[in-house]
Amino acid sequence: MSFMQIRDLHVHYPIRGGFFNDVVDHVLAVDGISLEFEKGKTYGLVGESGCGKSTTGKAVIGLEKITSGRIIYEGEDVTNKRRNRNSSFNRDIQMIFQDANSSLNPRKRVQDIIAEPIRNFLKLSDLEEKRKINELLAIVGMPEDAKFKYAHEFSGGQKQRIGIARAIATNPKLIIADEPVSALDLSVQAQVLNFLKDIQDELGLSYLFISHDLGVVKHMCDYISIMYKGRFVESGTREDIYQSPKHIYTKRLLSAIPMIEPDTRQARKKERILVEENFHKEQHQYFDENGRVFDLHPISATHQVAMTAKEKWVI
Amino acid sequence: MVISEELLTIRDLHTGYRIKDIYYDAVDGVSISLKKNEILAIVGESGCGKSTLATSIIGLHDHNKTRVRGGIYYKNSNLASLDEEALNNIRGEEIGMIFQDPLSALNPLMRIGEQIEESLIYHSKLSKEQRIQRVLNLLYQVGIPNPERTANQFPHQLSGGMRQRVIIAIAISCKPNIIIADEPTTALDVTIQAQILDLLSELQMETGAGIILITHDLGVVAEVADRVAVMYAGQIIEEAPVEELFSNPKHPYTRSLLNSIPQMNSENEKLQVIQGLVPSLAKLPRTGCRFSPRIPWIPESNHEAEPSLHEVSPGHFVRCTCFKYFHFESEGGSLR
Repeated sequence: MSFMQIRDLHVHYPIRGGFFNDVVDHVLAVDGISLEFEKGKTYGLVGESGCGKSTTGKAVIGLEKITSGRIIYEGEDVTNKRRNRNSSFNRDIQMIFQDANSSLNPRKRVQDIIAEPIRNFLKLSDLEEKRKINELLAIVGMPEDAKFKYAHEFSGGQKQRIGIARAIATNPKLIIADEPVSALDLSVQAQVLNFLKDIQDELGLSYLFISHDLGVVKHMCDYISIMYKGRFVESGTREDIYQSPKHIYTKRLLSAIPMIEPDTRQARKKERILVEENFHKEQHQYFDENGRVFDLHPISATHQVAMTAKEKWVI
Repeated sequence: MVISEELLTIRDLHTGYRIKDIYYDAVDGVSISLKKNEILAIVGESGCGKSTLATSIIGLHDHNKTRVRGGIYYKNSNLASLDEEALNNIRGEEIGMIFQDPLSALNPLMRIGEQIEESLIYHSKLSKEQRIQRVLNLLYQVGIPNPERTANQFPHQLSGGMRQRVIIAIAISCKPNIIIADEPTTALDVTIQAQILDLLSELQMETGAGIILITHDLGVVAEVADRVAVMYAGQIIEEAPVEELFSNPKHPYTRSLLNSIPQMNSENEKLQVIQGLVPSLAKLPRTGCRFSPRIPWIPESNHEAEPSLHEVSPGHFVRCTCFKYFHFESEGGSLR
């Protein structure tokens, strides 16, 4: 049973111009997407830069204004209450940012960084707060004396773990992770990914995992949505997307991933060129005259694909 | 007459950065050669010295703060000992460079056409008309659909992939023998990355240039490279042909790295984590196996005191002897 739904979310940015600086047009950054979240699952949001995946994350947590659409949390419409300090939504949804460096206040000690959500949302005594901070540091595998240090004293992976400690401080239900590992080296990335999975099992967290790295997404996510120009082109379980991709854009994206198999690279290159050719040939079937993706329609219980022009005509 | 296959030979290169009057070598005794018609990939994590190695070759660093010792032999001259003027004749004409971030590598106030023309003015005797023709040909060669229009545009009007194509056009404008590509696709999306990598390997086949590809992405390496050198803490710790490296990795670091990739075909498994951290430049121990602090369960006696490269099969070199005894910590400690 899902605890949170996003219905037909739109985020439009105005483009101003002309003599009076009027709104002349809109950028449709997010253009009608719907998602449901279940406890303990990871939802992947994949797409190329500029497709609106980060905007979606920010809009859900309330860092971005929603143009239209609704967010329903435990049966309650929270669309306009997202930044309300007393709402449980604000406490239960937390975020991990891409750049740990710029998301930690350089003038605060680690204990104050981690304590901020605790002080905002939980009424704890000083002693309880200290205990909680120690507990959080233990969860993210950092020594206790780390709490007196400043953010710049840590390595990239450690900073990201401080960011995670802050995100889980209020026992959230959903964490929005916006490219949490893309700034990290491979071995550190492995550390953070393992760790995100461990605390998920421990605390029953759900993740909205935003990434452009299809390898990482495959490793982490139960459900995956592929985004293109603010809309979903395909949505389904990990197996649906990777074993039987249906939409031409998904196929193109999957064929472009570099693989660790130098023996088969010539064959894959041919395949890639073929898919690319098909993409240009059949593009008009999959996108309308404005380049907009058609609506999703279900092809199995879990798998949804954007229609082609032909199918739209039939329906 | 014997014609050497080797385009560029680096012998015992040390490049050090100055911190408070002491030079710390970021590249510490690297020897490697680039052959004709090959793509040599240099991989490693941030701070391993791979970019320093690239900039050392064409002397792009701040001379007041760095010290380069060793030999970088190209056509019977040692690039490390040449002065600025002599290097300027080689940069661009003989050795082209492709940078990571195309936006900061391009001049925002110059039209694309002029920027490509610039190196032709310095290095060729073509007339104005010939140069313009050559610019359009280059833009066409790197897959830009409308060369005339693009030549008159400014960098900010192009997409990331297009900008990187322009950078590649500049790098190949004087038909260099060597192209150094420093993280050429890191700032790009996967679909664009695939296109740029295909373009690079096509250009390499057409022009016969040797390419040094600096990257942190093992996927990219597997996609285009012919030979791979893995760097750790300023040294090359493993060097092998690409198939050999991925099918039969030897050094503990290479093996750990390969196991920490979220693979496309293995799910729900734990990723391999390498204990500890890459040591900082100033605190780096300069003796013994540099990877030993990160595999503490391998006894000290299994490492070499002065680790050297051992040839395990033709063309496959591994540093230190610890690879013979290496097992992952999770594989049980019968040897411990």
